[in-house]
Amino acid sequence: MDKTIGDVAAAVADIPDGASVMIGGFGGSGAPIELIHALIDRGPRDLTVINNNAGNGRIGIAAMIDAGMVRKIICSFPKSKDPRAFTEAYLAGRIELELVPQGTLAERIRAGGAGIPAFYTPTSFGTELAAGKPTAEFDGRGYVQERWLKADYALVKAETADRHGNLVYRKAGRNFGPLMCMAAATTIVQATRIVDPGAIDPEHVVTPGLFVDRVIGVPDARQEEDLNIEGAVYA
Amino acid sequence: MSDIANIKLSNAQIAWRAAQDIEDGSYVNLGIGFPEMVARYQVAGRKAIYHTENGILDFGPAPASGQEDWDLINAGKKAVTLNPGAAFFHHADSFAMVRGGHLDVAILGAFEVAENGDLANWSVGKGGVPAVGGAMDLVHGAKLVAVITDHVTKTGAPKLVERCSLPLTGVGCVTRVYTSLAVVDIEGGRFVLREKLAAISLGDLQAVTGATLNLDGPVADLIVPEL
Repeated sequence: MDKTIGDVAAAVADIPDGASVMIGGFGGSGAPIELIHALIDRGPRDLTVINNNAGNGRIGIAAMIDAGMVRKIICSFPKSKDPRAFTEAYLAGRIELELVPQGTLAERIRAGGAGIPAFYTPTSFGTELAAGKPTAEFDGRGYVQERWLKADYALVKAETADRHGNLVYRKAGRNFGPLMCMAAATTIVQATRIVDPGAIDPEHVVTPGLFVDRVIGVPDARQEEDLNIEGAVYA
Repeated sequence: MSDIANIKLSNAQIAWRAAQDIEDGSYVNLGIGFPEMVARYQVAGRKAIYHTENGILDFGPAPASGQEDWDLINAGKKAVTLNPGAAFFHHADSFAMVRGGHLDVAILGAFEVAENGDLANWSVGKGGVPAVGGAMDLVHGAKLVAVITDHVTKTGAPKLVERCSLPLTGVGCVTRVYTSLAVVDIEGGRFVLREKLAAISLGDLQAVTGATLNLDGPVADLIVPEL
């Protein structure tokens, strides 16, 4: 039951060309930057990336785009302080964008993890983002049918993990982490602190270990925004 | 016609006016940018709890420069602080708070608001990179969905219109509009004027509004302090 694995390189070593990869984080908060950079080192191509955003600066998801690894992004807000990587690739037609309202993105991922193939939401009803989707009326209001979203892999950052994969997050870095852990066939978590089973109060577990496949300790994990302030480049 | 540029409210004054309607104990979401300013003018003696859709309830003002924790940010990705009693939660719970109707007030910016309550505030409909974020979610769910906006665009075109021409954020979702000249409710598919600056006549206000301003009872003066 020990889900810890040696290092970040080993943790992502089997992610193949063409994989779909959920990546936790809202902007820099909760971004698993060391796992992303390990994936860049490995270099699979034609990936579909699912994240709230589409990279910032020259690190993380932006560096994945610059490395030509990303065929498609599913996100809600592909803008940031320095959106150059995505913007250039998108305007040049090198990357496909599926734009999803943020709450719908979260619920699609949750549904994927919960075994719910589709659901109805008021979000986007009557807008161009509902084009082509089934709609229905419930109690006099219009709703849009949205489908679940699943992935081959999820890369998620936690603050503390035990060896069974039980997770606690850090502040607003939690964001998409608990949902993505549920929705991927293989969930890979980098944790700033690894502890023995029992060290996390069961009342405080946010993601139960059942949803987690691999845990890697990254005690010196960096925060994406701090790296961007330093002008970091990963290439 | 009065010179609107000389009499209109500043953004701070529009935000102040909107803040007066936030009742004690309200759960409130403020949109990114201009709407965030409403929190500065929270009425003394009232406690509002602010929700940010990336996963915090009861966040406080920005920390001092150099004290930022970039895992503690708001939806605009600006560093914030926590008030005693704050809570973290994941995105599905956060948007359940929104769509589930659990928030009392959402305040949003606008490119256009129509008399039927339609809102356009996410896309100007031209090329470039489209981005929506939580805008389409936030218009559904709060008990009061209010817009704060200049009454006209930078080129003087009305922002309160019969039907939106830009891509919609949501249909029939806005219930109140605070502008640089007036406070307008949306009721039964029409604009109802509640307050206007004393310095502008009803006729001149109507002339810069793209749909009929209906009257339903007295129109109060829109009175705001110097800020």
